[in-house]
Amino acid sequence: MEFVTQHPVLVVSLIKIAIALFVVMTALAYLTWFERKVVARIQSRWGPYWVGPHGLLQPLADGVKFLFKEDIVPPMVDKVAYVLAPFLALAIALTTLALIPIGPATINVLGQPTQLVISHSNIALILLFAISSIGIYAVVLAGWSSNSKYPLMGGLRSSAQMISYELPLSLAIAAPLLLSNTLSLHDLVVTQEGGIWHWNVLRGPFPQIFSFVIFLIAAFAETNRVPFDLPEAENELVAGFHVEYSSMKFASFFMAEYCNMITVSSMATLLFLGGWTAPWPAAYGSRFVPVLIFALAGVVALYHGIETLRRRDRLTFPVFGVVFLAIAGVFLLPMVQEWLLPLFWFCAKTGALLFAFMWIRGTLPRFRYDQLMGFTWKFLFPVAMLNLLVTGLLVAWFS
Amino acid sequence: MPTSYTEMYFPVLVQAILAMALAAGLLTVSRLLGKRVRNRVKDLPYESGIVPTGDARQRFSVKFYLVAMLFIVFDIEAIFLYPWAVVYRDLRMVGFVEMLVFVILILSGFFYIWKKGALDWAAGAVDRKENRAP
Repeated sequence: MEFVTQHPVLVVSLIKIAIALFVVMTALAYLTWFERKVVARIQSRWGPYWVGPHGLLQPLADGVKFLFKEDIVPPMVDKVAYVLAPFLALAIALTTLALIPIGPATINVLGQPTQLVISHSNIALILLFAISSIGIYAVVLAGWSSNSKYPLMGGLRSSAQMISYELPLSLAIAAPLLLSNTLSLHDLVVTQEGGIWHWNVLRGPFPQIFSFVIFLIAAFAETNRVPFDLPEAENELVAGFHVEYSSMKFASFFMAEYCNMITVSSMATLLFLGGWTAPWPAAYGSRFVPVLIFALAGVVALYHGIETLRRRDRLTFPVFGVVFLAIAGVFLLPMVQEWLLPLFWFCAKTGALLFAFMWIRGTLPRFRYDQLMGFTWKFLFPVAMLNLLVTGLLVAWFS
Repeated sequence: MPTSYTEMYFPVLVQAILAMALAAGLLTVSRLLGKRVRNRVKDLPYESGIVPTGDARQRFSVKFYLVAMLFIVFDIEAIFLYPWAVVYRDLRMVGFVEMLVFVILILSGFFYIWKKGALDWAAGAVDRKENRAP
């Protein structure tokens, strides 16, 4: 207890970081499950089903499998850089999470008032950029150190792609900053309070819908997702920069990719979609939206439980239904609403964007490499610049 | 609200250390748990089953280097826009005109390299065809 009173910042941040890392690692695991389910439904398949109810234990099985797989380090590789690359990818991806606020509430941890963010910095946005840019080194190092042809090509393509798409990304972020005038992610959301018409994506004098779309496209390319998954174009480069990786080293790249997806989705939510604010004020009933959604999900699950397609689901559907109804009940309690509602809206918006990542993966084919580079330099960059100038002109004119 | 720089940035350092520890821990555990059987074929670089020939450290297109150089120029420009955007409501039209001059200078360079063909990824292939003897 003495230690706590002497180093309150250290202890409180340790607790928050431990919770954040635990939640994010679990979210990463279940994001893979979610992605496989979504893509399976798009392709008229069931997806993971047999490990646990509806495949819910599949991520756990995958994790155990990765841990026990043989860790091959081929003799031709540059050992230091080869091991450093997956380590760097995962460590950097997890570090960026420290800067993302998830709610406005101030809570008490061990008597210390603290906010729902690990580091409350007033230049969080630039710091986030600075840290996440180091992630490119992981790709370059992995591609080069493998001393194999496919990884080298994948690594080169990927690094050129990631730095090229960083330009429209940073320009697309500058435009909503003209409306919000702050680099603190927390204050960014505060300037967007008051309903959907105040969110930067729809806000006057110039709605940032173009920046939002440019940001999303560039974010897809930054995280190497379809349709920009050139570095790991399976039918050309086998698996791109991580061909020579196996076991947990291979999994580290994947965890980093999913973690980056969470980071960019949260950034899009905070910058454009009003962060944790509700689409319309709570006085007009927005506080009942989560109750309705979860109650509906519960009723649907119970209804499906009456007559199931498969025997196994006879127990799981009613259980899911009861759990959803219980969650809906929790959202009705006035004392938790204050901090649970912002959390709900933040997670709902981020989750919707993550779903878009998967939806697009199930829908679009891959770009050709010259198309990819031409698209960012000759189209996205000028359009983002034009958007920025028009925003600047209109903000100066009307303010 | 944090009041000092320590309160703002110390948690980031802690997060970075813990994230590194987690990543290193995961890699070490799998290194210890996984069994290892080595043989000659497994040690070859993977090239979809074809026997690898030659070294992987070959020369690659100078285009990648060019992209990196262009990126540095334009990304520095983008970074200048951030502090400008933060104080924009105070600067108003003056700030807009000043940045317009800066952006026009940058964009003229951009259109110059565009016309020069630095942004055409497949330009090298076209050149070779044109230079071919009739």
